[in-house]
Amino acid sequence: MFDFIVGHYAYWFVFILMAIGLYGMIIKCNLVKKLIGMSIFQVSIILFYVAGANKWGATVPVADPALGTADPAKYINPLPHTLMLTAIVVGVATMGVALALVITIYKRYKSLDETRLLEQMRKEDDTE
Amino acid sequence: MRTYRPNPIVSLVSRLVSPFIVMFALYVIFHGHYSPGGGFQGGTLIAAALILIRLSEGNEAAQLQFPRSWGTPLGSLGVLIYFGTGLATVLMGGRFLDYSVLHLSHHVSMSRSYGILMVEIGVGLAVTAILVSIFDNLLEGNPDV
Amino acid sequence: MKTANYIVLLLFTGLMVYASLGLPFRGDPNAAIHADESVAHSPGAAAYYIRNAKKDAHTDNMVTVILADYRGYDTLGEETVIMTAGLICFMLLRRRKEEKDENL
Repeated sequence: MFDFIVGHYAYWFVFILMAIGLYGMIIKCNLVKKLIGMSIFQVSIILFYVAGANKWGATVPVADPALGTADPAKYINPLPHTLMLTAIVVGVATMGVALALVITIYKRYKSLDETRLLEQMRKEDDTE
Repeated sequence: MRTYRPNPIVSLVSRLVSPFIVMFALYVIFHGHYSPGGGFQGGTLIAAALILIRLSEGNEAAQLQFPRSWGTPLGSLGVLIYFGTGLATVLMGGRFLDYSVLHLSHHVSMSRSYGILMVEIGVGLAVTAILVSIFDNLLEGNPDV
Repeated sequence: MKTANYIVLLLFTGLMVYASLGLPFRGDPNAAIHADESVAHSPGAAAYYIRNAKKDAHTDNMVTVILADYRGYDTLGEETVIMTAGLICFMLLRRRKEEKDENL
């Protein structure tokens, strides 16, 4: 029982982070708070992959001349780390574009609140 | 809206520290073969050094170091370096991004090592220029009051 | 409306915790992702990369070799993503000046 908790607790903490990020994205009304929730959600996914790549008693995936490269159980799995480098950079690019869109929305509608934005857009659709 | 307040301590410390950040970033890019690092990490560090000067000296004074019109052309140059390496391997007769046909050295493995280095330099340049360009564009219409 | 959102959030977290009960222990070297041969009888990717990165590219750092040599095509696509994001910010926020000049 205790072994099971020690082997799985990292995943549960990552799911708590995911829930915090989803809470920000779904339940908050301000657009900037939704973006912060999206960023937390992306970081939690990255942590999940990187935490799952671990091995007991292994070292960083840089070839050590004392250990040699014949035994893959001595180095942690390098493949999720590589994929998550790409994911981090894609997250930065998404945040940049999202912030540019928020600035454009503010200059056009003069408000950042979700309910007020929907009312204004519905009013403009009715008067057209 | 006031975006910039001049402060002598912040100004002096950031002007002292910023060249060392660029130096460490170049070390991270070029030592990506032997220690954790590589193109993306070093590119982000150089962008951090340039944005530090923009935050501490004001947006207009920092244009003397890295003008805002350099952002997108340098980013395209970085992608062209990467794509040009792949195109050069195709022109030499191999497959796309197969560095062993470049014949930069006698051994096949050393040729692949040099190909990785060229590609990392291209990636670092592109990431630097685009991150600074996104920062400049987000502050586009607001002058320093 | 808001209570439905909270219920969806709790259901999602419960579903993820239930799905994680079937994962192997974190760090087990005999897990399926670290194996020498995958379930489909093809060579396991991570074990192959760890064994052959130093020999193929004369480079100590395995993550850089995977990123730039074995999976270099994905890195090219990702650099295109960065450049596209920069161009989108450039085009979205540059039009302000031209609109202001036309209004004058």
